[in-house]
Amino acid sequence: MSNHKISHQQRIGDQPWLRRLLIGLAFLLVGVLLVVPLIAIFAQALSAGLNVFWVNVSDKYTLHAIGLTLLVAALTVPLNLVFGVFLAWLVTRFEFPGRRILMTLIDIPFAVSPVVAGLMYLLLYGSNGWVGSWLMEHDLQLMFAWPGIVMVTVFITCPFVARELIPLMQQQGSSEEEAALSLGASGWQMFRRVTLPNIKWALLYGVVLTNARAVGEFGAVSVVSGNIRGETNTLPLHVELLYQDYNLVGAFTSATLLAALALLTLVVKTFLEWRQQQSAS
Amino acid sequence: MSIQIKQISKQFGDFQALKPLDLTINEGELVGLLGPSGSGKTTLLRIIAGLETADQGQILFSGKDVTNLHVRDRKVGFVFQHYALFRHMTVAENVAFGLDVLPKKQRPTKATIKQQVAELLDKVQLSHLASRYPAQLSGGQKQRIALARALAMQPRVLLLDEPFGALDAKVRKELRRWLRNLHDELGFTSVFVTHDQEEALEVSDRVVVMSQGQIEQEATPQDLYQQPASRFVYDFLGGVNVFEGEVSSLKSNRLEQGKAWVAFPDGYKAEAGQLYLRSHELSLSNQPSATAHLPLKIKAVSLIGAEVRVELEPLGWHSQDLWEVVISHSHYNHWQPQRGDTCFAQPQAGQLFTSNENQALAISWTKEQLLIKTA
Repeated sequence: MSNHKISHQQRIGDQPWLRRLLIGLAFLLVGVLLVVPLIAIFAQALSAGLNVFWVNVSDKYTLHAIGLTLLVAALTVPLNLVFGVFLAWLVTRFEFPGRRILMTLIDIPFAVSPVVAGLMYLLLYGSNGWVGSWLMEHDLQLMFAWPGIVMVTVFITCPFVARELIPLMQQQGSSEEEAALSLGASGWQMFRRVTLPNIKWALLYGVVLTNARAVGEFGAVSVVSGNIRGETNTLPLHVELLYQDYNLVGAFTSATLLAALALLTLVVKTFLEWRQQQSAS
Repeated sequence: MSIQIKQISKQFGDFQALKPLDLTINEGELVGLLGPSGSGKTTLLRIIAGLETADQGQILFSGKDVTNLHVRDRKVGFVFQHYALFRHMTVAENVAFGLDVLPKKQRPTKATIKQQVAELLDKVQLSHLASRYPAQLSGGQKQRIALARALAMQPRVLLLDEPFGALDAKVRKELRRWLRNLHDELGFTSVFVTHDQEEALEVSDRVVVMSQGQIEQEATPQDLYQQPASRFVYDFLGGVNVFEGEVSSLKSNRLEQGKAWVAFPDGYKAEAGQLYLRSHELSLSNQPSATAHLPLKIKAVSLIGAEVRVELEPLGWHSQDLWEVVISHSHYNHWQPQRGDTCFAQPQAGQLFTSNENQALAISWTKEQLLIKTA
């Protein structure tokens, strides 16, 4: 035994002043970086009164942008839901050559800048591209039209569902599914009654993330959309267009719609996380 | 239902999990597949169930070829190592699953299913847990529910993968006995996988010992213990002491290592190799005898159980592991050995494995002593 007197052992952050400083700093940063801009959006949108706000929302082009954005999300989400489940299933339940490569490839959309992704699609499917020129001959236009917007959005958001499911499905293993099969269940019965209930919260979480990104994607979409007002303008693009028109109130009005969608997403996401924890314990 | 396995083999990448092997399991038999991890026993069980497909070979159930039959159509009960209960279903829903997924035409009515589930839960003595979720059960309870779930299909073959591996010793013993009774009562054919030799010997009608994708020996527990067919089986069954030696240059019937030696009885020729001596096939005394000179130092004495276990360290010779000899309590009380004492081992029976042979030569010293006594 040493005869050192045990000094007051303190963990980092045990001093009251340091703790206050750190907590204060965290709140300050969140306030300056997140809350103030969010309030500013709503303040700017409503600065000319509720009437002007309403006129801006019901503007023909704004309504079209809302419609197009919802259409893109409505097509992207189910597509990536099916794709994500399929992919996660494949890499967690089967051993095959190239499995690791496939798991790495899933992450490409996260690694590539969205603008580059958009450009890639433009070069491939644009009227001068390899595939695009062939499509032109058959009178099919993908770029500078809504199908192109859906395509890049699908590309950008395809990892979300799979990334949520893979770790969970790896951890759960396949023995419950094997048990279902040994008890005589068909493939579909096994999926619906055993696999799906086990992954449903993670799946919904992935869907929420996919939806949030699909609604808010700007970079890739702006490259392939062509910014045709009333035709290929999504909400994020519409915000930018109005801003460049010096229609500040209009731009911020559209921005409030996006912000509201984001807040809604946040609420749903928090709820799902809570449910996931509940079902895990 | 009998199970016939013909020339089944399986490869995972570069790893040969099963070398072509044959095995027949008779109707109503309870067979234990025993082996260390990586010996292929679980792979074989999964191939029988249809959860894994063999690269080659054939599987027949009661003479009918089921090699290409899907797991859902084989109608075998399978109990998984970690139970694999459906975590989002109650105990009753778990047990009912096999009946719920039957095609409409064969599916019993809701009331019948409910009644059958109640009967099964009664059989496994867990009726009071019907509305619980798997996470709320103990390991032993989960295992019994998993069994009830498999039995709901009234399978003629029950396959169990390390059924008691994850349970504590007391529950394991209880469940073993319970499984044996259930098997005898319902009369299905059972195959279970284990790495625990005691479990295999206690429960099975017949034990199949596997190693490196091959069957080392198939025998009744009694034959297996009395006549291990190979060095591997001997080692795997445990409780064995090894004396490795060369033939003495002085006396041709002596196996010698340093100062230690064992003289073979008349009629046996000594050959360089390893002499396997089980812990109960040796006796200990303060003096070397005319047939053996095996000095040992007492490292530990354990009095727990029906016999006294003495742990010994070779003195002046080598053995890979410590030696272990069991003596009777009365011998212990008479002798009173202390830790650190020196004593001598005297073999009564053993098996000699010469360097090139996998087959052992059985040697008995007691017979000779008997002869001397009667003479």
